[in-house]
Amino acid sequence: MKFVDEFRNPELIMKTAEEIRRLTDPQWHYRLMEVCGGHTHAIYRFGLKDVLPENIDLIHGPGCPVCVLPMGRIDDGLSIAAQPNVIFAAFGDMMRVPGAHGSPLEHKARGADVRIVYSPTDAIKLAKANPDKHVMFFAIGFETTAPSTALTLQRAKAEGLQNFSVFCNHVTIIPAIRAILDSPDMRLDGFIGPGHCSTVIGCRPYEWIATDEGKPIVVCGFEPLDLLQSIVMLLRQLKNGEAKVENQYKRVVPWEGNRAALKAMKEVFQLRPYFEWRGLGFISQSALRIRDSYAQWDAERRFNVPGIRITDPKAAQCGEVLKGVLKPAQCKLFAQECTPESPVGALMVSSEGSCAAFYNYQHRKPVTISNATLASVV
Amino acid sequence: MDRGDEKLESMGGCRMCLAIPGKIIEITSDATHSALVDVMGVRRRVDLGLLQEDKPKTGDWVLIHVGFAMSKISEEEALDQMHTLQMLGESEAAIDEARGYGLEDVEEKRIT
Repeated sequence: MKFVDEFRNPELIMKTAEEIRRLTDPQWHYRLMEVCGGHTHAIYRFGLKDVLPENIDLIHGPGCPVCVLPMGRIDDGLSIAAQPNVIFAAFGDMMRVPGAHGSPLEHKARGADVRIVYSPTDAIKLAKANPDKHVMFFAIGFETTAPSTALTLQRAKAEGLQNFSVFCNHVTIIPAIRAILDSPDMRLDGFIGPGHCSTVIGCRPYEWIATDEGKPIVVCGFEPLDLLQSIVMLLRQLKNGEAKVENQYKRVVPWEGNRAALKAMKEVFQLRPYFEWRGLGFISQSALRIRDSYAQWDAERRFNVPGIRITDPKAAQCGEVLKGVLKPAQCKLFAQECTPESPVGALMVSSEGSCAAFYNYQHRKPVTISNATLASVV
Repeated sequence: MDRGDEKLESMGGCRMCLAIPGKIIEITSDATHSALVDVMGVRRRVDLGLLQEDKPKTGDWVLIHVGFAMSKISEEEALDQMHTLQMLGESEAAIDEARGYGLEDVEEKRIT
């Protein structure tokens, strides 16, 4: 009920929900994947599953940068933090993510100099404020965040900043979608495309999903109505036997993306031949590394990084959940050993992770909207 | 204990996809491509480096991610976006994030 009061246009939401019902073939079990972790969070938060027909399943995709980062990378980054006179700077979301020997926060408690920054440029500021130390920025994120790291590296180079480097874990969304579509145990009908990631890459990179794979994809905003409208657009395409890229989030996402951002990324980064994703394994050309012309600011080249590989705890089924094969609650550890307070897997750490979202909004059973409550507002 | 520590307990962590609307108050005239932006009442310096192909002007609204303006948006969309953040329970996190830009705490530390 709480959320219903906050919805604008409850009538329109209701109409859209009816339209979804009308477009749905009761004989078919729909499996739609929302790629972006922000969407996963919004879907649970708004209780959108309650207004969808039972035969529409929303599968949570790989678009949570914290969740897909393999544990070994955290340990690699923290091995640099353990060296003398190094400041480890990262976004707040990284702080509680467990490595094999604890999270960045736990390393801080043991004496490592770990700082939260809200912007990569603040890591530069930190370097200037601490000229006798080396500041390493632990960069994560999809194309939404990578351009900011790129510009930060351009600045560091332009200023000839000596005591700054980036430990680059940036990943790209398209190969992850491809890996999921290639997965034999996966059947999907269509995709709810990422919102803010698409402001950078635009809509064109998704075209192969429609043309080669025959799946519709709709780039989508973050309001309840955005999500419902995108589902309508997907269902319409499915009903008409079409597969194309559509942009529901036109008010923010330009079809061509952000050229300045793409240019900065291209200048600073190049594709890694392969990169390990938590739960998805090694995916070729799926991550970014820092180009040779920026080698001096590349923490992986500047420091001796052990290249640690750690397999996830056997009992944890993060991979299956991440691919949408299992629902969060079907994992043996869910809400037992693995909770947001004491996460075993990364999907439980970030609020964008499907396990944490499911735990917070479904498992704890807060008041969410239902058809009955929705009907009562119109 | 710096202010980062206090934040950690309450931190939901959803920063990566957080895009915060802000209104440009003043554009810096030097080459740093930055602007003073009002983010839900908090004024912070935001980087305009990613909008150099479609430069915003004073009074424009932008969507901000990790301290960088990533797209120009209409005022209507900015209000929508604030509403979404509110509904997602993330407006506090957004304000905290905006406050964090510029690393004020580091500078305070240096002074003391």
